[in-house]
Amino acid sequence: MTMSLIWLFIVLSAFLAGLINGSMPAVAEAAMTGAGSAVQLCLGIAGPICLWSGILEVLKASGALDMLAKLLGPINRLLFPAASLDRETLQAISANMSANLLGLGNAATPAGIKAVERMASKSPGIASNDMCTLIVLNTASIQLIPVTVAGIRASLGASAPFDILPAVLLTSLVSVSSGLLAAKIMRHFW
Amino acid sequence: MDLSIVVPLTLAGAGLFGLCRKTDIYTALCTGSGEGVKVLLRIFPALVALLTAVHMLRASGLLDQLVSVFSPLFHMVGIPPETAILVFIRPLSGSAALAIGAELMAQYGVDSLIGRTAAIMLGSTETTFYTISVYFGAAKIKKTRYAIPAAIIADLVGFIMAALFARLTYA
Repeated sequence: MTMSLIWLFIVLSAFLAGLINGSMPAVAEAAMTGAGSAVQLCLGIAGPICLWSGILEVLKASGALDMLAKLLGPINRLLFPAASLDRETLQAISANMSANLLGLGNAATPAGIKAVERMASKSPGIASNDMCTLIVLNTASIQLIPVTVAGIRASLGASAPFDILPAVLLTSLVSVSSGLLAAKIMRHFW
Repeated sequence: MDLSIVVPLTLAGAGLFGLCRKTDIYTALCTGSGEGVKVLLRIFPALVALLTAVHMLRASGLLDQLVSVFSPLFHMVGIPPETAILVFIRPLSGSAALAIGAELMAQYGVDSLIGRTAAIMLGSTETTFYTISVYFGAAKIKKTRYAIPAAIIADLVGFIMAALFARLTYA
């Protein structure tokens, strides 16, 4: 429903602005050519996305993902002091985080939902502190290698598609830390 | 900084690790690529709808008018106003953000300051409101307490930092 509203809002705005600005011919042309650029974009990122999905499958099949989740155990005990007392919740949190680090959205969401459901059984209807921490970690990006963005950059002819990597990692780090810090302060007032 | 090593190293490293663990690397690689095709097929229809809408918005002239309206506010926090629409849409929809980000990179140049800012923003933020609704919806949480403000603070800091680091690394 949200997406319907967003789409309608953009298209309606463009139509009205076309009337007011007298730019209807340009709007009409854009309406016919816009879809073509979706084809181009998809073709451009198809290679990197498929290759990366393949690499991730190798890591998953060889058990690297589970190893990463195990490594995250101690960190998650610190981040989720209450929820981590339950073994299965901790495992779900770790699976969620390791999938997020590698950019495996399809694997991250089910694990995250399982974790938050188990936490909810302890505090039904109300978000616990640990739930809020999980939300912050999932709404800020902790993906280590931004493959899709690098793929777009490569398809548009960037000189070095991956040179944004340090900036992306630093931005993510500062952003996640601020979210966690804000949560830590706000929990005393909420 | 030369980062050309990242991708080849990841490929070689993952392959070597798989071999040590006696994984059928090649089969896994092909299975995974097949999954990638499914991902593409899932986002393609959304991109058709959204890129059409974004192209219309830009052609109508409204996008440029919006940019000048938000210009003072965005300049104040150091974010290029041209990326304003990306900042607004990013927390709501991943595919819309992808469409707008790719458009910005194509329009202003992939290695331009605006193009790089858009790329860093895309790579370092998430679909905040969508994620919150999925997680809290699944767990039937009504009182979300400070989760939303904390997530929004992380987003705002992310957008400002993305613009800052784009400027610092722009040669």
